[in-house]
Amino acid sequence: MTTTTLLDVRGVTMRFGGLTAVNQVDLTVGQGEIIGLIGPNGAGKTTFFNCLTGLYVPTEGTVSYRGTILPPKPHLVTRAGIARTFQNIRLFANMTVLENVLVGRHTRTREGLLSAVLRGPGYRRAEAESREKAMELLEFTGLAAKADHLSRNLPYGEQRKLEIARALASDPGLLLLDEPTAGMNPQETRAAEELVFAIRDRGISVLVIEHDMRFIFNLCDRTAVLVQGQKIVEGDRETVQSDERVITAYLGAPFDGTGSTASEAEK
Amino acid sequence: MTTVRSTETTPVVPIPSGPARILTAAGATGTAASAFLAWTWTSGFPGDLTVYGYPGGLQWLTLAGALITLLLTLASYHLPGLRWTSPSGGNNGILYAALGAAATTWFTLIAISAELGGLANLEPGGWAAGATSLITLLGALGLPLDRHPRGAGQGITRYLGLRLAKVERPLPPVRELPSPIEVLLIVVAFATGLYAITFGLDTDYGELFTAYLLLAGFTVAALTKSGLVTRLRALAVKHRTVTTGAAFAAAAAFPFTQSSDQYTSVATNILIFATVALGLNIVVGLAGLLDLGYVAFLGVGAYAAALVSGSPASPIHVHFPFWAAMLTGAAVSIVFGVLIGAPTLRLRGDYLAIVTLGFGEIFRITMNNLNGTTGPKVTNGANGIPRIPDLVSPGFTIRGLHIPAFDFGRKHSIGGLELGRFSNYYLLMLLVTAFVVLVFARVGNSRIGRAWIAIREDETAAEAMGINGFRLKLLAFALGACMAGLAGTVQAHVSYTVTPDQYTFAEALPPNSAFLLAAVILGGMGTISGPLVGATLLFLIPKKLEFLSDYQLLAFGLALIVLMRVRPEGLIPNRRRQLEFHEADIPDQAASPETALTKAGA
Repeated sequence: MTTTTLLDVRGVTMRFGGLTAVNQVDLTVGQGEIIGLIGPNGAGKTTFFNCLTGLYVPTEGTVSYRGTILPPKPHLVTRAGIARTFQNIRLFANMTVLENVLVGRHTRTREGLLSAVLRGPGYRRAEAESREKAMELLEFTGLAAKADHLSRNLPYGEQRKLEIARALASDPGLLLLDEPTAGMNPQETRAAEELVFAIRDRGISVLVIEHDMRFIFNLCDRTAVLVQGQKIVEGDRETVQSDERVITAYLGAPFDGTGSTASEAEK
Repeated sequence: MTTVRSTETTPVVPIPSGPARILTAAGATGTAASAFLAWTWTSGFPGDLTVYGYPGGLQWLTLAGALITLLLTLASYHLPGLRWTSPSGGNNGILYAALGAAATTWFTLIAISAELGGLANLEPGGWAAGATSLITLLGALGLPLDRHPRGAGQGITRYLGLRLAKVERPLPPVRELPSPIEVLLIVVAFATGLYAITFGLDTDYGELFTAYLLLAGFTVAALTKSGLVTRLRALAVKHRTVTTGAAFAAAAAFPFTQSSDQYTSVATNILIFATVALGLNIVVGLAGLLDLGYVAFLGVGAYAAALVSGSPASPIHVHFPFWAAMLTGAAVSIVFGVLIGAPTLRLRGDYLAIVTLGFGEIFRITMNNLNGTTGPKVTNGANGIPRIPDLVSPGFTIRGLHIPAFDFGRKHSIGGLELGRFSNYYLLMLLVTAFVVLVFARVGNSRIGRAWIAIREDETAAEAMGINGFRLKLLAFALGACMAGLAGTVQAHVSYTVTPDQYTFAEALPPNSAFLLAAVILGGMGTISGPLVGATLLFLIPKKLEFLSDYQLLAFGLALIVLMRVRPEGLIPNRRRQLEFHEADIPDQAASPETALTKAGA
């Protein structure tokens, strides 16, 4: 594959005291790719995401985006062009749907305190543009009719969509989705798949954490598997599905009859 | 009759609604009439309630309460010309009005008996007033009221067994009025408001103020239930500019209604307190930073202005013109806001509150120690900086038009009306308040304001959306400090002296950090009018309750508890806050248009 590399993660390690949550992980995401990240619970997927977006400062390793190394500050990462959603939805609950998306525009607008007080033509133009862009994103995610609702009052599936719309508002080149279909029914999951493809068609690469294997293998060009903080395999559907280490990680090792666990238990 | 979801329309006292309505009207008429009788035999009770044929003092409040009840009751007969007072068509408003009249009357009767020593001091007129107000209340309880079904009671009325529903009834569609008439209605509403507030400010004994508060609280509740407040609010939203203009015109008209400086000085201090509260609302209400040492910024502004005021006690012997003094105060406050904010704003939540509390005290103690013996001589320590001269706006000439110098300490005559020293400062402070309101409104609804609210809601998510949390929090801190500093510059000149003890964390009288925070929370976080109303009440209640002497703070505390119990979201809630606290009370969005339709069809 000769696409330009967008995200280049090298040797990222995250230790919390004695616990190594993420260990020497390398990952690249190319322009226009959809990459999956799977692994059992507690494998360190979300920690890895937090290292990418600056919420955690990785103990070792570098994260570079379009060739420049990212500083570990969330707002600078977003400004550079990486936006994310959260595993447990983190909307601004008491703001309206439109306002949530407008907050996402923050890095792409410059209007400061003084222009907000003076409300000159430049301010009003920028504000109108932000609104237009936000409404366009709400149309895109199908939430335009609910623009004036408080985001806390949206049903669960729409809250997930709103988080994506809010992330897209920052004009990212790469979108990180942390379990976008958690808690969704099959139809909603199907709709989410469509949405991710539509996002890729806008020229945005996607890196997605998910537990729903069908979702992952339908969507992703490549999938990386993280087990106990280490990337054990990366590749297309066949590579991942046929890898014994992946099966072991998810289903456990086959019982060989002479295992030590049985004798341990007898003692 | 349509019912709103999860409510029933039944009387509390089982009387047929026809006789109940007649009873209410008759009772209210009787109460109104009894206000013209003598209630006591001696003028020893303030307000002179001994005159037949003319109401005095507290009797005016009873009269007003009774007339409002009568008006709402007559409106419920669908009398032409009165329908506007009660667009919702519900009877809960009548009950609240009757409660207000009864509370005012009985408070008066009890106050007379308590102060003069016994029920024997009541004249027949007093007994008549008490009885008729109870009859009104009985009648109102017999009207079909919007109530929760048994077992689902909400709020404070649950304890009284009333089970009154808080749900606002859907209003019938508005009849379109020509624009000038709508504007006129707004002006009339503000003129009435100005009159009511002036009455409250001018109450010269505590009993009158207490009864006034009782009546005002119940009347506002009554008019809210009757739907009038909702209608007026819709008008205000429609004509926003006119409303803002009318509000400031009404506020500016206040000194012209006063014959002496006695109450304009109170009003000036209220404005100072309210402006600082509004500044704090940027920090607490918008950005969600709990600041317990905010009064220090008022102090910084006041000290800065005092030092450059030309006061003989100031070690800096300069005398800035008034605009420069104000700018200095604001600028120094910003600097201190950034200096204090930079190290503290890395903390979140409770930790931030504790550190700001500490910085507030550090300011006061530092001012105490810059006295020449325990530190460099800057502030004269506990003695403060006295004899601050009055502000003087220098005269100047623009294009041949000469604007004379204006000394804020002198009396001025405008259109035959004398404006004293405090009136001058009041008007100056009103300009400052207007400026702060403008800044709050515009910044609050902008990219910066949205970022603040996002930080308040979820700081981690806000940062992940590209908001530089630290920088924006610092901005909120600095802007809030600037607003307080601006008010401080005026305060220094109004009170002639600045001392460190004016800027403590908690004290019996405002302004101090605890009261400022209370004003914001009580009034309504994140709104403009909330802190203004909250500050006004918090300033007036302790001041007017001085007659209770030893029990003053107790009564004040009780008043606060009652207020917060009745309205946890503040007196003037932010739309969002209201949803947060009363989610259960607000009918489903899907259900409301439907009920509105049936209502309109009925």
